[in-house]
Amino acid sequence: MEPIRIIRSRTVVLPVDNIDTDQIIPARFLRTTTKEGLGRQLFADWRYDAQGQPNPDFVLNRPEAQGCAILVAGRNFGCGSSREHAPWALVDYGLRAVISTEFADIFRNNALKNGLLPVTVDEATSAWLLANPGVELTIDLERTTLALPNGTEVRFPIEAFARYCLLNGIDELGFLLGRKTEIEAYERRRSAA
Amino acid sequence: MFEKVWEAHEVVPETPDTPAVLYIDLHLIHEVTSPQAFSLLRERGLPVRRPDLTFATMDHSTPTRTEQIFGGAPIALESAAKQIRELEKNCREFGIELLDLRHDQRGIVHIIGPELGLTQPGKTIVCGDSHTSTHGAFGALAFGIGTTEVGHVFATQCLLQRKPRTLAVNVANRLRPGVTAKDLILAIIGKIGVAGGTGHVIEYRGEAVRALDMDGRMTICNMSIEAGARAGMIAPDETTFAYLAATPRAPKGGAWEAALERWKQLPSDPGARFDREVDIDAATLEPMITYGTNPGMVVPITGSIPDRRDDPMFAKALEYMGFEPGAPIKDRPIDVVFVGSCTNARLSDLRAAAQVLRGRRIARGVQMLVVPGSQQVKRQAEAEGLHRIFIEAGAEWRESGCSMCIGMNGDTVERGRYSLSTSNRNFEGRQGAGARTLLASPLTAAASAVRGRITDPRELLDA
Ligand code: SF4
Repeated sequence: MEPIRIIRSRTVVLPVDNIDTDQIIPARFLRTTTKEGLGRQLFADWRYDAQGQPNPDFVLNRPEAQGCAILVAGRNFGCGSSREHAPWALVDYGLRAVISTEFADIFRNNALKNGLLPVTVDEATSAWLLANPGVELTIDLERTTLALPNGTEVRFPIEAFARYCLLNGIDELGFLLGRKTEIEAYERRRSAA
Repeated sequence: MFEKVWEAHEVVPETPDTPAVLYIDLHLIHEVTSPQAFSLLRERGLPVRRPDLTFATMDHSTPTRTEQIFGGAPIALESAAKQIRELEKNCREFGIELLDLRHDQRGIVHIIGPELGLTQPGKTIVCGDSHTSTHGAFGALAFGIGTTEVGHVFATQCLLQRKPRTLAVNVANRLRPGVTAKDLILAIIGKIGVAGGTGHVIEYRGEAVRALDMDGRMTICNMSIEAGARAGMIAPDETTFAYLAATPRAPKGGAWEAALERWKQLPSDPGARFDREVDIDAATLEPMITYGTNPGMVVPITGSIPDRRDDPMFAKALEYMGFEPGAPIKDRPIDVVFVGSCTNARLSDLRAAAQVLRGRRIARGVQMLVVPGSQQVKRQAEAEGLHRIFIEAGAEWRESGCSMCIGMNGDTVERGRYSLSTSNRNFEGRQGAGARTLLASPLTAAASAVRGRITDPRELLDA
């Protein structure tokens, strides 16, 4: 995985609460056995009409959204199904970070494992970002700050180990495989009991 | 209880810098969320560490039409057939037991785990599926994971996890007749909200929970995730032990006695502290039904759709549903009724639906699908003659699987149609692009099928 330090981009804004993973990628696109190409189906039922044509009103289809790497969304982003296809689709589309006041647990875990940064902010910051689409933001993972265009910096929380892995481009599996001795000891303890 | 299970599975406790390494006792897998995890193993040349603790079935994209499973007809969707073949190949290659398409114990992963007795009190159970919370009904710590984590469990039988907080939901008194476990969990989600449980493990307690059978307890824990919770748990008791004693893979003989001793130590000690507590009175509840596009948008069936016109999210949901704020929910016409899913497709759910349908016919123009949660449920229902009641009422009786809960196998609801479903998610497009889903109990589903309109089941139960 590529290390992440700084993400700098304009924002694309989806002012909807409780965006569930069925919206991020509908279930009929899950009949796949790979991760590739899911970005085409990101938000498919909002992005395309019943005939499969792009819906011009949907924010991702507007010219100003092209090339944006930061998505700002309403509260409780990523709720519902555990499908990792959701972060795969977001990343494949070109997004690097999502900003919300709250993320669903499984989605957050899945996002962090795919180099997609879930940035949790307070209500006031969220309200401002939702009301001002297209602003240029800088997310600094090293300092865990989000810099607004007026220079204000907002800190965001992130689990220490996930941050370490993202900064260094390490994946967690390597760490777990490194705990082999402890795992074997645990299994011996259990089978003795 | 949660603390006891957690601590017993810490291989390495958490520190400020690193999450805990948590040992997993049972890893369930299915065809949709596993292929990319097997690819990871291949890329790294790793085996599955404990195939003996890993168990596979197929349910999400499998057909429910008998001829496509047993009759030699091809599976209608080639992409689904490919996922099924891929799972067969992966399980063969990595030595994992698989209940394949024609196996007589196959079914929805969260229905067969308990049914086989693989799900047991005190175990840690994971699956690449959010409704893994179902298994918590036995006092297991069970939660859904992503596909990368499925790969982690394959390779190490462990997960890196931060310890969640705890939330007690205390349910006083008893449910009234016609009010079921489904109504109770919908009421709980309505009360705490779809993100109310985020970061928490819920323990359901109190008289109404103790009075439920295992099927009802599973319905409750199943929908913990719809309140955002990591997991739901119910302390094991005599009801739990009696259920497990009859399952094929529960411990037997001396091992059973020893297990029973351990399981009896699991319930939370009196005076156990939770990070949060919520109280609810079961005796005041009515049958519940959702009106919006998440399971927290729920009202009693005798109630009206709330009026929050000034809230744009609310307006958007109602526009999708084609509903007017302030209107009564009862008597609205429906097009499709689905009795199925890991929430409500166990034997007692089918019995409840059959109780209403016995001697009745579903309304003209309504399509009703009854999809048992497992092949075993299907056989038991047929032994009791329930399938005849459904077929005579005009419903379709299918082979087991997720079916119209998620619509991956082609069992979908058409755009704009109203579906009254016993499943767990009424998200936009969940049952098919543009489909409008209302969630309710099997009793409410069956009663509404008879009238072709949303119906309080108590009106038909009294008659
Ligand atoms: S029945 Fe529905 S909720 Fe349950 S596992 Fe299948 S798709 Fe998921």
